[in-house]
Amino acid sequence: MIDWLFADQNLPVVFAVLMAVAILVYAILDGYDLGVGILLPMDAAPQRDTAIASIGPFWDANETWLVLAIGLLLVAFPAAHSEILRALYLPATLMLIGLILRGVAFDFRAKVAVTEKHRWDRAFKAGSIISSMSQGFMLGMYVMGLEYTWLSISFALLSGIGVTTAYALIGASWLIMKTDGDLQLRAIKWAKKAGVISFVGILLVCFINPLINPFVFERWLTPPLGYFINAIPLLCFSMFAMGYQVLKRLPLADHQGDWLPFAMTTIVFICCFAGLALSFYPYVVPQQLTIFDTASAPESLRIMLVGSLFVLPMIIGYTVFAYFAFRGKAQALNYY
Amino acid sequence: MLDVLMLSRIQFAANISFHILFPTITIALGWLLFYFKVRFDLSGHPVWMRAYRFWVKVFALTFALGVVSGITMSFQFGTNWPGFMETIGNIAGPLLAYEILTAFFLEATLLGVMLFGFNRVPAWAHTLSTFLVAFGTTMSAFWILVLNSWMQTPAGFEMRDGVAHATDWLAIIFNPSFPYRFSHTLLSSALTVCFVVAGISAYRLWRGDKKRAPRVTLKTAILSAALLAPLQAFVGDLHGLNTLEHQPQKVAAMEGVWETQKGADLLLFAIPDEETRENKFAIAIPNFASLILTHEWDGEIKGLNDFEGAHPPVKPVFYGFRIMVGIGLLMIMVAWWCSWSMRGGRSLSKLQLKVLMGMTFSGWIATLAGWYVTEIGRQPYLVSGVLKTADAVTTIASENVLLTLIVYLIVYAVLLVAYIRTLFLMARRAVELEDIQPHERVTQKGFNPSLNQQEAHA
Repeated sequence: MIDWLFADQNLPVVFAVLMAVAILVYAILDGYDLGVGILLPMDAAPQRDTAIASIGPFWDANETWLVLAIGLLLVAFPAAHSEILRALYLPATLMLIGLILRGVAFDFRAKVAVTEKHRWDRAFKAGSIISSMSQGFMLGMYVMGLEYTWLSISFALLSGIGVTTAYALIGASWLIMKTDGDLQLRAIKWAKKAGVISFVGILLVCFINPLINPFVFERWLTPPLGYFINAIPLLCFSMFAMGYQVLKRLPLADHQGDWLPFAMTTIVFICCFAGLALSFYPYVVPQQLTIFDTASAPESLRIMLVGSLFVLPMIIGYTVFAYFAFRGKAQALNYY
Repeated sequence: MLDVLMLSRIQFAANISFHILFPTITIALGWLLFYFKVRFDLSGHPVWMRAYRFWVKVFALTFALGVVSGITMSFQFGTNWPGFMETIGNIAGPLLAYEILTAFFLEATLLGVMLFGFNRVPAWAHTLSTFLVAFGTTMSAFWILVLNSWMQTPAGFEMRDGVAHATDWLAIIFNPSFPYRFSHTLLSSALTVCFVVAGISAYRLWRGDKKRAPRVTLKTAILSAALLAPLQAFVGDLHGLNTLEHQPQKVAAMEGVWETQKGADLLLFAIPDEETRENKFAIAIPNFASLILTHEWDGEIKGLNDFEGAHPPVKPVFYGFRIMVGIGLLMIMVAWWCSWSMRGGRSLSKLQLKVLMGMTFSGWIATLAGWYVTEIGRQPYLVSGVLKTADAVTTIASENVLLTLIVYLIVYAVLLVAYIRTLFLMARRAVELEDIQPHERVTQKGFNPSLNQQEAHA
């Protein structure tokens, strides 16, 4: 096993998997806190405080997964990093500005004069929406092969809305899990709406992606991998169906099942990501560069893999500790 | 119109200059908070908890700014400097990966526990989290300075087909300038924090804060500065000697030495002119540059004319160096002056409080000035002797770089103003507010509620 991981020809695959996991974990973790930002209720100050308290202890670490994902792209596939991000320079900058705004707003809002708090809350919401839209736009452009045409830009804009909705869905699911009372009731409504829109969006992508990318079409219909890939949307859509039933019944007594929407949305995220990843593998720049073309030197990848194998279990360990320390319904954020 | 090379350099400089302000504070502030927390754990005295609670909020705000401005960096490497990773990716990659894995996650994850977990985890776990956050920030500094030092003094690699390949990782990590740069940077972080803490504490006293906490933090900061500022001068001197050995052209620019000469003068002030290659309006101390750099009265210093066409622009390096050293000397004098006045529990005068308030962010200016000296001093190379900056730059349209640069600058200006205002606002609030609430359920071991009663103004 270890020999296989460290063999020269397998290292690009190993790092592609690591990078894919980092992107997926980022989408789920920062997805829920971006989602909470997108949904931030501007009409009820106490609900805003609770919503933000629910993500307070976690958001810094969630954003670190983006640094890891982009970092892995940079260090393991440097040529792909500059190829992709140069093509996405402007939307990426917009995303960064959004992330900066929301990240600092989060801290400023709690520390400035009361009269200015509302302004930072708006910055938090706006920053979350800008970041999500830009990420979706970048994803759309990536799927369309990083070429700027009217068709690809329109698709990317739709994709921006899709990703924003998906983040809103997982954000609402997070709020259902971490809050109670009025805010939880509102979150259930939000989750229903966002769920329906996400469902339609994913369905569209399932048709459009194979239509515009012939290689995807081929892969989806070629057994035996095709059967496996087709099982993914099946699982995904059954999650939507079950999720809707769950949402109709929530909230239950004693907060039973409050965690279910979040778990199911997570599965939806995994399905969508796996579907896309399996469509494009082994290309890292669609139809241009594979992971093997762009990988760093084996000896450099090897030394990073050694570190990753030691450190990743520790990261998982203290991440579990942090989530355990703040388990249960969110409480007001105090520095004590 | 500026070309894409200059715009990319300005953009990168703007991003990293803005970013560095915040880690410079969090690295040392993390350790200071750990110190406060340990003092509290050992004594149970609420004054330490008050000190911790005020400064942990500053830490939270500063850390957030550091995280978000840092994300930008991981994009810029590829977007604006694709040649950088294409040439030395095999070296820089693993170093950056280790920074993310061993530092970023540690600090970001345990920060939540450190900030909001006081009553949610056992006392030891909270103290341990504070320690690990401080440790994480320092690890982060370690890895990024390994990479930065390697770019200044590369070692442990070989070039194959124009691409650097690692041959000896220990030689890469402990490259010739690393030990000096690392200690110099950590000390600059410590001094920056000393003066931020002293300045804000002085501001609280100025505003009539009667609590003991600001006096305790002021004393801690001043005494630390009195010890660390001279140490920094010593380490800085060693760093300079190391630079003279490996990057003589940088030292020549710092000192404004054009012709190679024995017994070079120390220029206190001058206007170096690159056209005529001479200094104007020089005020100098004879032979002192040689004495400081070679520790010999008639030691030889190589001049810029020996490196014509391959030395950095002289003015920014020359002036940056003088600003850094000037602030450093000012720090030593102020720290000693205030320490002397505080002997035997005496209070500082109004004038001293004012001086400290004025010097709150002096560490930032010195850090940036020093940073410019070393980074501009490396030009025209991006990696000394391996890769020129001009060869690494992007092909992105310069309008796009200009556009994003303007947006970044606006955002940074707003945030910097907001940050400084908020810091002083928090200080004003702390004058009025009580950090430890009467209804608070204090579960920390060793906390003595009766002390809280006695020392209502602790």
